[in-house]
Amino acid sequence: MIQKNSFLISLKNAGFFRSGRWLVRGVNLTVNSGEILTLIGPNGSGKSTTAKMAIGVSKPDEGTAKKRKGLKISYLPQRISIDWTLPIKVNRFMNLTGQVRRKEADEALSLTGAIHLAKSDVRTLSGGEFQRVLMARAIARKPELIVLDEPVQGVDFNGEIEIYELIRNIRDELKCGVLLISHDLHVVMAATDRVICLNGHVCCYGTPMTVANSKEYKALFGARAVSGLALYEHRHDHEHLPDGSIQSKDGTIDNDCSPDHGDQSQIYKYSFEYNRAENHDG
Amino acid sequence: MMDDFFIRALIAGTGVALVAGPLGCYVVWRRLAYFGDTLSCAALLGVALALLFEINTTLAVFSVSVFISMALLLLQSRVNLSADALLGLLAHSALAVGMVALSFMTWVRVDLMGFLFGDILAVTPFDIAIIWGGGAFVLIVLVISWHSLFAATVNVEIAQAEGMKPDQANIVLMLLMAVVIAISMKIVGVLLITSMLIFPAAIARRFATGPEHMALLAAIIGILVVFGGMFGSLHWDTPSGPSIVVAASVFFIITAIPATSFQMIKNASIEKRDTKQK
Repeated sequence: MIQKNSFLISLKNAGFFRSGRWLVRGVNLTVNSGEILTLIGPNGSGKSTTAKMAIGVSKPDEGTAKKRKGLKISYLPQRISIDWTLPIKVNRFMNLTGQVRRKEADEALSLTGAIHLAKSDVRTLSGGEFQRVLMARAIARKPELIVLDEPVQGVDFNGEIEIYELIRNIRDELKCGVLLISHDLHVVMAATDRVICLNGHVCCYGTPMTVANSKEYKALFGARAVSGLALYEHRHDHEHLPDGSIQSKDGTIDNDCSPDHGDQSQIYKYSFEYNRAENHDG
Repeated sequence: MMDDFFIRALIAGTGVALVAGPLGCYVVWRRLAYFGDTLSCAALLGVALALLFEINTTLAVFSVSVFISMALLLLQSRVNLSADALLGLLAHSALAVGMVALSFMTWVRVDLMGFLFGDILAVTPFDIAIIWGGGAFVLIVLVISWHSLFAATVNVEIAQAEGMKPDQANIVLMLLMAVVIAISMKIVGVLLITSMLIFPAAIARRFATGPEHMALLAAIIGILVVFGGMFGSLHWDTPSGPSIVVAASVFFIITAIPATSFQMIKNASIEKRDTKQK
């Protein structure tokens, strides 16, 4: 059994440089076993890049990435396409990077609602079905760390909530760490321990639980939360200018993404206030 | 009673087919057809070097293929050009250097046709030993590294994240291709080497239910194709290397005829064209 709260992966001041610009810079993060860390941020904010650096798929160009030795990772990338010339059935796909017992594979497929696809050819699956199969494969390996890059893309809305619930259950059962990438925080909220908001650097981070558990928040945790959180993303203490430089609240412009600015406590306050204001209006 | 040389040719052809089939699956899955062509162009440079330094042809072809593979890996990380442009540069450089080198060696009389189209009827017992020895080596390495090779083929990032070492797998695959090209050159010749890799895999694809199944089928189909081509060439007195490829084409067309597969052929030709353009 994996020890709870033992160190799995970390990034220290990590940055990734490609084609003349820093895709992401100054990222610090740690994932311990038994916890769910969610990365959120707009398109092109470096979420996937950060996750890839953290698990060793890409090498950081500055800073360091650390990984516990022999760590068993399951990775669900954002985009994956199977070449049409590859004849591969779901059952075989479940064993892609290591033998998984048939019973465990079937259990995992049942959990993600894809058991009826077990004998299907992978290339005939729809986007949502394939996503469920990918998820099942990640679970069946019984990993110590599971990294999910937008695991619900293409999955219908009810399926989305089920999958997030499933992620939490898996964490409870396996005591594994979870690194989750998402842009729909309103659904992720309930199933995450800590959130890091990225936009080329760490804009803010914090624990959503205190907020998520409060009565008011739960009352507001409906459709309104979507717009509330969308607003929150533009209410940082700094602005990203078109040329990539960063203007702080006090007006100073900085070319670097210094990781220490950004106020973590604001992460829910803004959405909270915004929602309340909206409610009064209505 | 068949002649000795004919039986030797069948044994050699079978040896090549056994390895070229399974490895060819990776060529098809990873769209490496053009890479195979590049290595076969380089094979001619290997022949020239073998004549110049009076060393074993198979060894020279293997060495040049490995050199070209490594040059490709190096260039890919240094030069901002697409893989197919780099392959084109390498293929034609190697071919041209090979031709120029041959023209300098006025003292050797080279049977260029033999190298271009193969000389399967002239295989010696020593050639058979090299083919089966090299083939066994390729098969063993292929079986050992099958899982990581396959995982890296399906998705590099998953393979990397889940500890399958895809970079290592890529190098292994390149080395295996170099071996197969070196040992099959004598059978079908420089111009037709890639067909030994692609045809059996492409035909097997029609009937395969899984990747391992496809590899096995490709090996069997490769053997059938070699036998078909050899007996055809005996019967109609045609050159053996091209006859093997003609047999493969016929086999491919026959298996592709059923109405339901019509769409697949269309897809295949589109894919093939796309790969070439890439």
